[in-house]
Amino acid sequence: MGSKTMLREVVILLLVMLAFPAGAVFAQTELAGSWAAVNHEDLAGDGIPVDYTGMPLNEEARTKALSYSESTLAMVERQCQGWPAFYLAQGPFGLRIWNETDPIKGGVISWTIGAWEDRAPLTIWMDGRPHPSAYAEHTRAGFTTGTWDGTTLVAYTTHIKAGFLRKTGPPNSDEATITWRFARHDDLLTVLAIIEDPIYLAEPWVFSKNFQLSSAPISPIGPPCVTTFEGGTGEVPHYLPEKNPFVGEMTEKYNVPREAVLGFPETLYPEYRKKFVK
Amino acid sequence: MKPQRHKDTKRLFTLSLCLCVFVVRAYAQQPTSPKSSAPVDLTGYWVSMVTEEWRFRMMTPRKGDYARVPMTPEARKVADTWDPAADEAAGNQCRAYGAAAIMRVPTRLHVTWDNDNTLRIDTDAGTQTRLFHFDAAPMPKERSWQGYSKAQWEQAGPGPAARPAAPVSAAKSVKVVTTSMRSGYLRRNGVPYSENAVVTEYFDVAPLPNGGQVLLITTRVDDPQYLQQPFIVSSQFKKESDGSKWDPKPCSAKW
Repeated sequence: MGSKTMLREVVILLLVMLAFPAGAVFAQTELAGSWAAVNHEDLAGDGIPVDYTGMPLNEEARTKALSYSESTLAMVERQCQGWPAFYLAQGPFGLRIWNETDPIKGGVISWTIGAWEDRAPLTIWMDGRPHPSAYAEHTRAGFTTGTWDGTTLVAYTTHIKAGFLRKTGPPNSDEATITWRFARHDDLLTVLAIIEDPIYLAEPWVFSKNFQLSSAPISPIGPPCVTTFEGGTGEVPHYLPEKNPFVGEMTEKYNVPREAVLGFPETLYPEYRKKFVK
Repeated sequence: MKPQRHKDTKRLFTLSLCLCVFVVRAYAQQPTSPKSSAPVDLTGYWVSMVTEEWRFRMMTPRKGDYARVPMTPEARKVADTWDPAADEAAGNQCRAYGAAAIMRVPTRLHVTWDNDNTLRIDTDAGTQTRLFHFDAAPMPKERSWQGYSKAQWEQAGPGPAARPAAPVSAAKSVKVVTTSMRSGYLRRNGVPYSENAVVTEYFDVAPLPNGGQVLLITTRVDDPQYLQQPFIVSSQFKKESDGSKWDPKPCSAKW
């Protein structure tokens, strides 16, 4: 090795040192492994047919949700609609996460969260590839890319199918997107989901779910729900306006105000309590 | 071979020198206080976004409605004796506002630096104050609703097995461990935690699509007396531009 080469190495090293702040580190986090779901919060919200509490729905979403009948899921062509990509952070299941690496350079190409019965696998592309054209196929899992923000993996999902924000009927359009943040703290993994939908949400819907590192392996089970027929089979079960028989159940059982049951956005914030607390 | 070995030695020496420069530079730039070294700004006004567990948080659930809390049999017995009027009469109306539960209460937070080593969180619901000590501040002799909180900026965890593709910044969250609390309620309807409970929290900040920010707080409560396993929840707060909606209200056992 000549002195010029060595000098070049030193200069490059010094430039690298100057380029990065002294405190900067290569701080990605290991996410691979089995993560057991911590179900101390009810995120599915499917115990009662009409329970849209905690959701910032707009009028159109509310109207469509109230027309929904759970019998719809008995139709072959609609049987998968209740389990969209969001279900990863709503359902009671654990996560199995692994990554694919570049065999030459060693970098992570993608992270994958395995499927679970009715939930499709989520692949997060880390190699800088762009999202597909707006006209590309939409799938239940959608298309997801990711980057690191410190030790948090940030992912962005587009190209999902129209379905349900909650499997009791509040809808999502195929324009909905999800920003995920996977934050690991010791043996806890907190998944934050920020859902935007210009068609059905009055504001971004933000929720989170926790998982705990598990020494017992969690194996993805499948195959995930796959719609094999998307033709029409006649009438779609539904309720006509003002005819949903379950709209008052939450109020009767738990005294929850109707506005909150129906997901009015203002019910998400503390000041709403003034309206119903004497 | 000798000249080659000589060059290798020189190269090793030069690289070692560079490493030393890097380390010295890193130490030279060590910030002077937790406040100045904060990797993320938590200060400002934040408001609860009650998007989960609405009926348990915005309302007082009925006695006996303890869904999803991993209570011990002893905890159930205690919870079944819940009497909000007695709590009020005994001056214990803040039991549902203690450190293990306060971040689940629908509230606004005002986060400030009390001094260079202490992050302060005030809540308008229950007018509670939490102090997160980044230094070795002495622990008060008496227990309190908010207990004693030790804080640290979180260090990066283990990296993925593969080499990183690009350099990124360090962890951007604060870890807080709280002890020395008075016993209180995890839920407003008397689900108890004991005075020996330990609360571990992680505070993360994330951007919202519309330019705002969300504060994500992951809370783990360990309490072998009343919990069969750690109780783990996470709560979201949205940043507000100012304190115009700040609305202090004293603790109440009856809402």
